[in-house]
Amino acid sequence: MIFLKLILTNLRRHRIRSLISVAGIAFSVAAMLTVVTILQGAIGMFSSILSNDSEMIVFEKDVSDLFFSNVPGEAAAQIAGWAMVEHAHPVLFGVVSSAGHPIITCFGVTATDARIQKAAWVKGDRGNFARHDDDVVLGARAAEFLSASLGSEVQIGHAKFHVVGVLKTANGFEDGGVFMPLAAAQSFFHKQGTSSVITVKLRNKDDAAAFKAMVKAKYPSLIALEDAEFTRTYSQFRILKATAWAVGGCGLLLGGLGVANTMIMSVFTRIREIAILRVNGFSQVQIGGVIFGESAVVSVSGAVTGLLVGSCFLYALKLIPALDGYIDPTMHPLLMLIVLALALLTGVAGAVYPAVYAMRIRAVEALRFE
Amino acid sequence: MRLEGGSGEVRRTVLRAESLWKSYDEGTVAVLKGVDCEVREGETVALCGPSGCGKSTLLHLFGGLDWADRGRVSVNSVEVNRHSNLLRLLRHEVGFVFQLHNLIPDLTLAENCLIPTVAAGTDRREARARLVELAERTGLGHRLDHRIQKLSGGERQRTAICRALMNRPKILLADEPTGSLDEQASKVIFDLLLDLVETEGATLLMATHDRNLAGRCDRLVEMHDGKIHEHAHAG
Repeated sequence: MIFLKLILTNLRRHRIRSLISVAGIAFSVAAMLTVVTILQGAIGMFSSILSNDSEMIVFEKDVSDLFFSNVPGEAAAQIAGWAMVEHAHPVLFGVVSSAGHPIITCFGVTATDARIQKAAWVKGDRGNFARHDDDVVLGARAAEFLSASLGSEVQIGHAKFHVVGVLKTANGFEDGGVFMPLAAAQSFFHKQGTSSVITVKLRNKDDAAAFKAMVKAKYPSLIALEDAEFTRTYSQFRILKATAWAVGGCGLLLGGLGVANTMIMSVFTRIREIAILRVNGFSQVQIGGVIFGESAVVSVSGAVTGLLVGSCFLYALKLIPALDGYIDPTMHPLLMLIVLALALLTGVAGAVYPAVYAMRIRAVEALRFE
Repeated sequence: MRLEGGSGEVRRTVLRAESLWKSYDEGTVAVLKGVDCEVREGETVALCGPSGCGKSTLLHLFGGLDWADRGRVSVNSVEVNRHSNLLRLLRHEVGFVFQLHNLIPDLTLAENCLIPTVAAGTDRREARARLVELAERTGLGHRLDHRIQKLSGGERQRTAICRALMNRPKILLADEPTGSLDEQASKVIFDLLLDLVETEGATLLMATHDRNLAGRCDRLVEMHDGKIHEHAHAG
């Protein structure tokens, strides 16, 4: 109890300084959580586009971005015919602009694709999809920002399309996207006869390895990956994740420097007290424990506050209509644990020098210190 | 080495300094110049002399807070040096009382007194019982939960004495324990100190400028210019 009080004494003495340190850690944690959660949510959504009623993805090997991937149409047709495959759907991704909307994601899909067949149709009939090359189906948000409804014409890029349906999905990219018949999309994006990926559902998931081997053998320019494997290894996702952690890490580093500054000041303003503790039998380890304890209190308080602030911020973002569907505010327990551990580690690291300084204080000199 | 006390009993030497030399500022300020000194078990010894003569330095060397340049210091026949068990010395063998009480202002009287027991890992109930006992004997029983800022100068110094005795050390090193108090308060505190030292069976080595207080100790050791000039029985 007294040990705890010794830890808390200096924090209470310099409340404003302590609060600033706690706030530094809190904002770092909140920033890290927010950035990582938003990016992981975005990655998760993009992954879910690929894994819609499928568990494998086939694309061109060594491409830096799936938008640049070209998978021959005959490969999709042949793969769909393999005994181990339940279904295989070619999907072409493209990005176009429209008046006032610089980026609209387009999905070139077949009529049997799960995105069309299993989506909740708000307007229109799924049976009408792909009857004409200029037919498109809009996500509900896309319909909203393009001010389009069933039967209206919309300008997308350099062409006009006829809206034959509006569908609602929980995925922000799809909800704000345009679904075109595959052939129309190939023509629109000048990618005749190809798709970006083939999404594949196997009859038996245990055949994944055999499927990958077959793709490798028959199509040396293509690669097949399980969805989870793709999400883990896709270079764009890795860059995004690394960026998120780097940004968050910089935030924590700044927070750690704040803790270090606080702890240095804490030690320098209580040199005499530390000497008193030494004279009364406190060991170097016990003195270090007081200093590290103090920094741990700052770090944990900051981390917990940061978790709350980050959660509130993410929830607030989720409430913004324009961002609905693009942000998944769910914080994974593992992420929270990692961020908490990093915050604690940062705080402890910030206290190393002050603690070592405190442990080396010579009582006889410090008692003369006024 | 064992010396015979006044009553004929054999009393062992608990503090011994042999040819102690100590200087500061890289040897430019010599404070102790070959000090030899012995204090026997149960004695009360006053260390007198002008400011800067080396009284505090000698106490610090006995308490393991500083090291001699040359010479030997031993406590209970064990040499005190950089390699000795200083934590044991500070936790169980010696207690310090300073001129400035050196209490932690944000803690209560009780919490300040319990610091040595926290350091030594003493059982909480045992420590609390000892605290209550000492607080009653020093007239602080009703002030245990008061913060240090709320206490008078005399009460603060009594608190410092309580703290020094919490782990039942057999040697008390007091550096001008009444130096910051008025004459009346000094007398009260010194009476208390002598009473506690006697009832605890402890040895007292006290640096002081106050000749009246020094005269009430068993022995007076005079220091001047870093040397011990005379050993005289007080009173």
